[in-house]
Amino acid sequence: MSGLSATRIALIYPELLGTYGDGGNALVLERRLAWRGLPAEIVPVRAGDPVPADCDIYLLGGGEDEPQVLAAEGMRRTGGVTAAVQRGAVVLAVCAGYQVVGESFPGSDGLLHDGLGLLEIETRRSFGPAGEPVPPRAVGDIVVEPGPALGLPPLFGYENHGGRTRPVAGAGGEALGRVRRGVGDGTAAGTDGRVSGRVVGTYLHGPVLAQNPALADLLLTWVHGGLPALAEPPEIELLRAARARALEVA
Amino acid sequence: MTSLTPRTRAAITVGRLAADASRRFGRGSGEMIGGKLALRVSAGALGELAAQRPCVCVSATNGKTTTTRLLARALGTLGPVVSNSGGANMAAGVLTALARPPFDAPAALEVDEIWLPKVAREVRPRAVVLLNISRDQLDRSNETRRIAALWRQLGAELPGATAVANCDDPLVAWAAEGWSRQLWVSAGQNWTADGMVCPSCAQLLHRNDFGWWCDCGLARPEPSVLVSGSDELVWFGRHVHAKLDLPGRVNLGNAAMAAAAAKLFGVEVDDALAAMTGLGDVEGRYKEVPLGPGRRGRMLLAKNPAGWVEMMELLGSSPPRPVVVDFNSQTADGRDPSWIWDVPFERLIGREVHVAGERRHDMSVRLAYAQVPHDVHPTAEQAAAGAGAALVDVVANYTAFRDLLVRSAARARGEPGPPTAAFGPAGVADAVATLDETAPADGYRRYDDRTGYASPDKYENHDGYDSRGGYRSEGGYRGDEGYPGRSGGADEAGSRP
Repeated sequence: MSGLSATRIALIYPELLGTYGDGGNALVLERRLAWRGLPAEIVPVRAGDPVPADCDIYLLGGGEDEPQVLAAEGMRRTGGVTAAVQRGAVVLAVCAGYQVVGESFPGSDGLLHDGLGLLEIETRRSFGPAGEPVPPRAVGDIVVEPGPALGLPPLFGYENHGGRTRPVAGAGGEALGRVRRGVGDGTAAGTDGRVSGRVVGTYLHGPVLAQNPALADLLLTWVHGGLPALAEPPEIELLRAARARALEVA
Repeated sequence: MTSLTPRTRAAITVGRLAADASRRFGRGSGEMIGGKLALRVSAGALGELAAQRPCVCVSATNGKTTTTRLLARALGTLGPVVSNSGGANMAAGVLTALARPPFDAPAALEVDEIWLPKVAREVRPRAVVLLNISRDQLDRSNETRRIAALWRQLGAELPGATAVANCDDPLVAWAAEGWSRQLWVSAGQNWTADGMVCPSCAQLLHRNDFGWWCDCGLARPEPSVLVSGSDELVWFGRHVHAKLDLPGRVNLGNAAMAAAAAKLFGVEVDDALAAMTGLGDVEGRYKEVPLGPGRRGRMLLAKNPAGWVEMMELLGSSPPRPVVVDFNSQTADGRDPSWIWDVPFERLIGREVHVAGERRHDMSVRLAYAQVPHDVHPTAEQAAAGAGAALVDVVANYTAFRDLLVRSAARARGEPGPPTAAFGPAGVADAVATLDETAPADGYRRYDDRTGYASPDKYENHDGYDSRGGYRSEGGYRGDEGYPGRSGGADEAGSRP
């Protein structure tokens, strides 16, 4: 992709999928390009507007139950995200967004709703036997050790979700990583998230890229190929060191 | 007190004794402790005591303490008033206020937004002041719409009660629509991100400069009272001058809500506003406190994005002092600091900014991406010591604010004091705090302003906090000048006891 044209970062439905500071991911990506002298543009896509199919990166955040259903319906109707992914665009979907890019998820109405099917995963309140109580909401700090193929350091974040998520039979892609602390997908596999092609989903919610600059740069590499070196702002390393101490991750 | 049952009379006595003991131990006002014990002795005490007097409850995500204080001042023009304006805003704190004589005096009661239904069902207030609902402590699953639904349902259970409600907040308007009577006040809404979706039908709301509406028919009600300028209200069609000593348009909105509630008790607006003037700080908010040699700070509380946006507006209308951002994420603050990415910190560009607190590195990264030059220090006092002016504005969230107030009070008394340790050794509070919280009917439990869930919040060393460290800058974003060398930003250097 040419360095001359601005990288377009679509922030999908911030009114519906923006509960936990999710707009921060767009800012992190935009700044990390700008600090390298690469032009970037954040494209907020308001709910109700068509999703443009010509952006390079699509960001889907977290939301409450009813807005999540509305967001899924809106994206399915306008088809922009799906068309962009077929073209090779990058997607980062967190929390409710992670559930929405899967094949199905439960709504507060008790019904199953169709997702976008960009990841071959399914979300339920519980995968336990019928009649057993559903597991409690997963709320708290989370640390994920990414799969070795990704070449990333531990991912730090916070999770807050009721759903449990698993790959469907024969699903493509890989888990994002192994959960070292927290719940993540909440299945016996002990994993969190999914990476398939250039689509990444995770329960690390909100501004996950703020604490995990290597993940941000991985997404940008998928768009740009090699990236110029960045004189990393020292705050970020200090934050990671502080989180590693607080979360007892060596 | 003659119409009270013997059990409730005993409860009041027990509560007073505990509160007195707590005060003697220097553990705060004792409102929570006394109230908790009293409720143990008589579960019906709340309703019994409230039946003796006219009551009004005040609830919101932000502004309830200040508005309650303003309301108490306005009602005070008629005679004695009781109030829990110390910030103890759950059943126990409300009970302590109601147990104060005179027993027929009106009560202005601050009530936590989740606790409001449980408390108001017992108290049966004549009016309830509903200010705003916005995202706050999301790690506690306090979904905004759920709170609005609880409030709406409460209205159906309180026939004859008036909702004095902020029509600019769609969640509040929908909640108050379910009440038998409303007095609509346009108190403003700085933070709209939680008011984008219709609370009734979940479709996107339409908005313009004059209001909001939904295709389903829900729309902003026409207000009887509105804030029309920095020192002016429109009061039932009449322009009224309103000059407060509390700063900011947000407090004028709070005053308008309080004056509207006081009107229901027969207080004239001019008398109400006159009584509110002269109140310059509330529980430390807006107060100037000593922060160390040659340094003072004006204390500003910002617990959530809406509160921060209000403080941004207030900072913008004040002299451009250095800003110290003091940020924690203890249980009472919400453990999840993600919300700082919802705050438009870009508005601090051009100001001298210093960062402190247990989650200072999270805040520092947020400011770096906002391109706000700043430096980082373990404590607000150390940050202020490095500031380029004697008077700074300190914007702190809940526990950071509380702990800094305690430390500055010790400083004002001439005690050197440790930089932390807001609470002393175990005393009455710890003994009483092991009692069960009286949980609301829906099973929510919330942090208690005085005693926490079970024990006072211990100071948690999340980020390598250096309780013995002297002045030490930890680096920080320098704007276009680039970054300081790593050696200046080594968090490990000298930070471990």
